[in-house]
Amino acid sequence: MLYFSKLRIISVIVFTVIFSYFAFSNFVKFDDKFFSKNINLGLDLQGGSYLLLEIDNRPVITQKLQAKIIELKRYFKEKEITLKNFSLKGDTILFETTDKEFENVKNILKDKESDVNTYYPTYKSHEFDVIEDGNLFSLNYSRYGLVLLKNSSLDQAIEIVRRRVDEVGTNEPNILKRGNDRILVELPGLDDPNRIKSLLGKTANLTFQFISQNNEESFGTEKLSFEDGSRDAIVSKRIILSGDNLVDAKPSMNSQTNETVVSFSLDRVGAKKFGKATSMGVGKQLAIVLDGKIISAPTVREPIIGGSGQISGDFTFQSATDLALLLRSGALPAPLNIIEERTVGPDLGQDSIDAGILSLFIGFLLVILFMIYKYRAFGLIANLALVSNLFLLIGILTLFEATLTLPGIAGIILTVGMAVDANVLIFERIKEETKNEKNPIIAFDAGYTKSRTTILDANITTLIAAFILFFMGSGPVKGFSVTLGVGILTTLFSVYFIARLLTSLYVVKNKDKEQLL
Amino acid sequence: MSNISFNKFYRKFNILSLSLIVISLVFLIFKGLNYGVDFKGGTLIELRTTDKTNNISLIRDSFNQMNLGDVSVKKFGNETDFIVKFEKQNSNDPEFIKNIQNKLSSSIGDVDFRRVENVGPKVSSELLKSGIIAISLSLAAMLLYIWIRFEWQFSLGAILAIFHDVIITLGIFSIFSLEINLSIVAAVLTIVGYSMNDTVVIFDRVRENLRKYSDIKIFDLTNISINETLSRTIITSVTTLLALFSIYLFGGEILKGFSLAMILGVIFGTYSSIYIANPILVALNVSQRTIVKEEKD
Repeated sequence: MLYFSKLRIISVIVFTVIFSYFAFSNFVKFDDKFFSKNINLGLDLQGGSYLLLEIDNRPVITQKLQAKIIELKRYFKEKEITLKNFSLKGDTILFETTDKEFENVKNILKDKESDVNTYYPTYKSHEFDVIEDGNLFSLNYSRYGLVLLKNSSLDQAIEIVRRRVDEVGTNEPNILKRGNDRILVELPGLDDPNRIKSLLGKTANLTFQFISQNNEESFGTEKLSFEDGSRDAIVSKRIILSGDNLVDAKPSMNSQTNETVVSFSLDRVGAKKFGKATSMGVGKQLAIVLDGKIISAPTVREPIIGGSGQISGDFTFQSATDLALLLRSGALPAPLNIIEERTVGPDLGQDSIDAGILSLFIGFLLVILFMIYKYRAFGLIANLALVSNLFLLIGILTLFEATLTLPGIAGIILTVGMAVDANVLIFERIKEETKNEKNPIIAFDAGYTKSRTTILDANITTLIAAFILFFMGSGPVKGFSVTLGVGILTTLFSVYFIARLLTSLYVVKNKDKEQLL
Repeated sequence: MSNISFNKFYRKFNILSLSLIVISLVFLIFKGLNYGVDFKGGTLIELRTTDKTNNISLIRDSFNQMNLGDVSVKKFGNETDFIVKFEKQNSNDPEFIKNIQNKLSSSIGDVDFRRVENVGPKVSSELLKSGIIAISLSLAAMLLYIWIRFEWQFSLGAILAIFHDVIITLGIFSIFSLEINLSIVAAVLTIVGYSMNDTVVIFDRVRENLRKYSDIKIFDLTNISINETLSRTIITSVTTLLALFSIYLFGGEILKGFSLAMILGVIFGTYSSIYIANPILVALNVSQRTIVKEEKD
């Protein structure tokens, strides 16, 4: 175990130097990207926000079911099949048919080529589960129908979230899907998450609807309240124009009234619709509705045909900017709820880094002093192995651009404390062997050989714990498992290559001395 | 090599351990654990006030006026730093935290929110579930590993030793109402690894000695093995504890709970390797035949 070939000595040195270099590359600046890698600091160290958003899909489901009812009615009408008593009960569409048509309807709904109930060959499932009871049909989203619906609303939502976050302009945001109804947003270095939170919390569904003057609206009416809560208004359900037709929006000043407004421009279809509606509705009040609340309801004085307009309503410059941003990025398919938030201010992050480094330094120093006190020359060897272990560990974490968190720093300190264990096991074994064996080279060799299985056993157990933590843990805790796991590997390397090499050089040189260890 | 008769005290320390486990279990069952926002849901705010005259009761009063459910306020390191926790967590209102900060600023002067954690009920129950799964999985994995490497008597000893450490550590957290959060789960997993590590080292020696001496009874053989590995046991515990105390004292408030759990775990892990794992080998009457028979199979 003590013999090292020249080639091996060189490769150990080269390996150690390379990885140690990366440990230093954190503190040195180079132009070349590869040579100036930096360890990533977790949100708890550099400050920033972690937001977990969950889509509330219920409105989407209701919306889709309502649309489905219209589709079914139209489809069967064309086929001249009469269905009656359509209703929506919870998440179930109900309708009745006649005895004569029953089989026909059933076949259409359960056909694999069905036009109204899409079949997904990959899932071997229809979009809707169809249950019939007498002449009563009930349609429910099937498991896969629901999964597809959720996936598509998640895809849309993540796109909108990305646009909104990008518009605010934070550095290197991280936006990821989680499951089929969650979005993880990580915003490093963000000082105040409140603005982004309120931007993400808004669906931003913009509609233009006329305020109804009499109750004879063919589309029906609804009662909506003003944004400031001051009053309510009866609004026609007919949507003149929605946010989908907007191509741009920006805050500006109205030169006549001197108030901050949001000016928008419409696409061609939108401009046409808007022009037509406003020329029919001169003198009427047009309500601008955002997420079910009326922002303002100006009176139409003349037809607006240019395809651009302004939204007024008690805006500050900030709120106008935010509304413009929301309108530019588009509406979310469904409301998002922030179900988990973790925000760390930048000064606390820096405090944590300082405390982490201080405790690492003190812990390291104490362990080093203790080892020298216990083992003298071999303590020095163990310490050299420990120092290179630390460099290797930080070097590898840097090379792979791993994320260092506060628990991760704790993992490094813990590695320092536990790393000496392997050397201690070896040294203690050597001490025992020297009692019966006078030749130090043979005794040292035996010490290394006999302690090997124990050291492997002991480290594998910790490695198992680190692995499980890595797969089950989240956020900062994951950072701990990474440093702990990588720490075990670098420990084994530093013990079996660096410390053993140094030990062998020392023993061969001093083999005639009485008591080596 | 030391020659301490550890085995004379097997019985006494087993009684001690057993009573500690019973006390811990009683507390765990009847008092329960003090779950933090990670597992219970709710909001945690670490705040720093600019006005030094602010004290806990003043801050608590201002929070109580906001109707946030149960509010707890604690000092956190510095004189001006406080940790505030309350039940309410509002995922539908993105202005929730902002409003609290505004109200607070108007009642006690400028405050800086250094850290905000806001966990909804669904997420907290998921985190708790995955924490429990992680710990159970690691116990199962350890059991499997040691079962492959050793004979079943050894696995039983090692696993009981780990249970002992985890239960007592959690028991102490329950008795002193210390907060259980995600980092404590990490600590418990590391304790499991450390305790196993320590036990394996002694067991390796026991097995080696079983092969070497056929005429020594397991009662004395465990004692020889403990003594032979004792200086390693002590040195490793000391260096690990040096590192942990350094985190506890200088690593900042956030790591205090984590390092405390680890310190307790290392102390109990070292103790249980000697006084739980070994007496079980004695109780199961492990002999040279146990390992020879297995090796023939």
